[in-house]
Amino acid sequence: MCFVSFVVKIPMVSLSPSPDRIPPAVVTPEQIETGHSLWHDAWSRLRKNKLAVFGGVTLIVLGLLCGIGPFFTQSYQTQNLDLGATPPSAAHWLGTDTLGRDLFSRILFGGRISILVGLVATFVALAIGVTYGAVSGFFGGKLDAFMMRIVDIMYALPFTIFVILLMVFFGRNIFLLFFAIGAVEWLTMARIVRGQIMTIKKMEYIEAARALGLGKRRIIFRHMIPNILGPIIVYTTLTIPAVMLLEAFLSFLGLGVQPPMSSWGVLIKDGAEKMEEFWWLLVFPGGVFSLTLFSLNFLGDGLRDALDVRSSKD
Amino acid sequence: MLRFTFRRLLQIIPVLWIIITATFFMIRFVPGGPFTAEKAVTPEILRNLEAHYGLDKPLYRQYFDYMGSLLRGDLGPSFKYPNRTVNEIIGDKLPTSLELGFISLAVALVLGITLGTLAAVKRNTWLDYMCSSSAMIGICVPTFVLGPLFVLTFAIHFQWLNASGWYGPSDRILPCLTLGCVYAAYIARLTRGGMLEVLNQDYIRTARAKGAGELRVVFKHAMRGGLLPVISFLGPGIAGILTGSFVIETIFQIPGLGREFVNSAFNRDYTLVLGTVILYATLIVVLNLVVDIVQIWLNPKLKFE
Repeated sequence: MCFVSFVVKIPMVSLSPSPDRIPPAVVTPEQIETGHSLWHDAWSRLRKNKLAVFGGVTLIVLGLLCGIGPFFTQSYQTQNLDLGATPPSAAHWLGTDTLGRDLFSRILFGGRISILVGLVATFVALAIGVTYGAVSGFFGGKLDAFMMRIVDIMYALPFTIFVILLMVFFGRNIFLLFFAIGAVEWLTMARIVRGQIMTIKKMEYIEAARALGLGKRRIIFRHMIPNILGPIIVYTTLTIPAVMLLEAFLSFLGLGVQPPMSSWGVLIKDGAEKMEEFWWLLVFPGGVFSLTLFSLNFLGDGLRDALDVRSSKD
Repeated sequence: MLRFTFRRLLQIIPVLWIIITATFFMIRFVPGGPFTAEKAVTPEILRNLEAHYGLDKPLYRQYFDYMGSLLRGDLGPSFKYPNRTVNEIIGDKLPTSLELGFISLAVALVLGITLGTLAAVKRNTWLDYMCSSSAMIGICVPTFVLGPLFVLTFAIHFQWLNASGWYGPSDRILPCLTLGCVYAAYIARLTRGGMLEVLNQDYIRTARAKGAGELRVVFKHAMRGGLLPVISFLGPGIAGILTGSFVIETIFQIPGLGREFVNSAFNRDYTLVLGTVILYATLIVVLNLVVDIVQIWLNPKLKFE
């Protein structure tokens, strides 16, 4: 049932100094160790992970290209019917499609939509998952059992089928797409957050907050969630590729983003239809999409290793 | 064990009921019906059609009629294919989809477990890096990119296989490989992780100390525990393969139920949509239950949680 079974334990304060920095017997002022926050430790671990760094850099480059690039390239809509589909050349780096539109700028524009869907839908999933998991874990008891039972049952439902139905019946609206995908992807987040909340619930600082008479909402959102940010960030990074994959899956079936807008899924669908004559229409969008998923997964794995005490010890 | 199975079986009933009811009403509240197609029909014909299919009755009557016939195993007539029942269409198309699904699952299991075990046994060697990185590629190249790429390479460039269709045994190769590869990648990662954990345990050392050969240690002693994560992945994995076949059937033009489902949703063929959703949901929910039971049977620790 629960196939995602990583329980990430994060330290409140990272106490383990790295082995090459054993405190000397006599402490001179220069040698006084400054404290390392959890984030500082995680950052230095992350920087050592080449694949994660590669993923991060690729994502930044791709993000910048898709974000700013379209202002400088040819318009993605400019048609040139006389030109038609041409293979990659100096004028059109990645070639043109059957309507003579520049593929490079189309990929950049498509990327905007794909990334936007990925971010917004993940945010929806994040908002639902964190709130649900936090409430369930914080209150515990019967409410917790009931809420988690619902999650268990929903895990077993064929959600992709429902998303397809939603998209077919209620028009292929991009906002609906955000919510439909977000509503599917929150379950695992809820489980992870609940587990984390349950482990920190009994800690002294939460008791102190209670003793000070803070409200439950304030304790959850102001004191608990900031302390479990690590696992939340890790899992968010791993949700984005899943969301983008679902969007592309829907677009490939013709149910996702609609023309004149395009996304990577739409470009791949078009490319697959015309690949017999024009291979570049499939290979480049598919390549960029796969590269993005790669980078996100590597970065997510790297973050998990960097923030996870268990794995950083061995 | 028996009590657990029975309790879970009882739980399936409300879950399926919710799915059926939700889908039924969702479909009815959408704008546009099955007969608002390209060519408009005159009001009289429309009324006749609606009367014929019972669409003129009040909604709750339609619901109870449908549930009644569903209990008798009758999924009703199709709205778009005249003179054909949903049962017939499903009976026609389901075997193809099941064949595709089962071969793909077998491909995924064999490929994934082999690669994962190799990677775990030869940890931190070039063999491990090769297996692990090809698994990462498998996860990041989605089926709808991999499938067309396979077609481009093996069907169009080398002309070894057909680009589409579902006739001879050789037509099974590309679709099943495409669908299987993605899940093989997940399974390889899970197998590697599970095997690594198990191979460090005391009972493996004991087995080695007693002089068991390496092959026996890996296959007899380690695999039973090391494959547990794979078993728990099978539930979502099977659901993924079933829905993944929608795309595969579109790419390779396979006359299966997945393509039929997507088409029927586009066509607003109410009864066919309902029928396929019920079928897929039942399959997924029941297979999940089977996976849960197998899991507990293999790992008695879970029973106490």
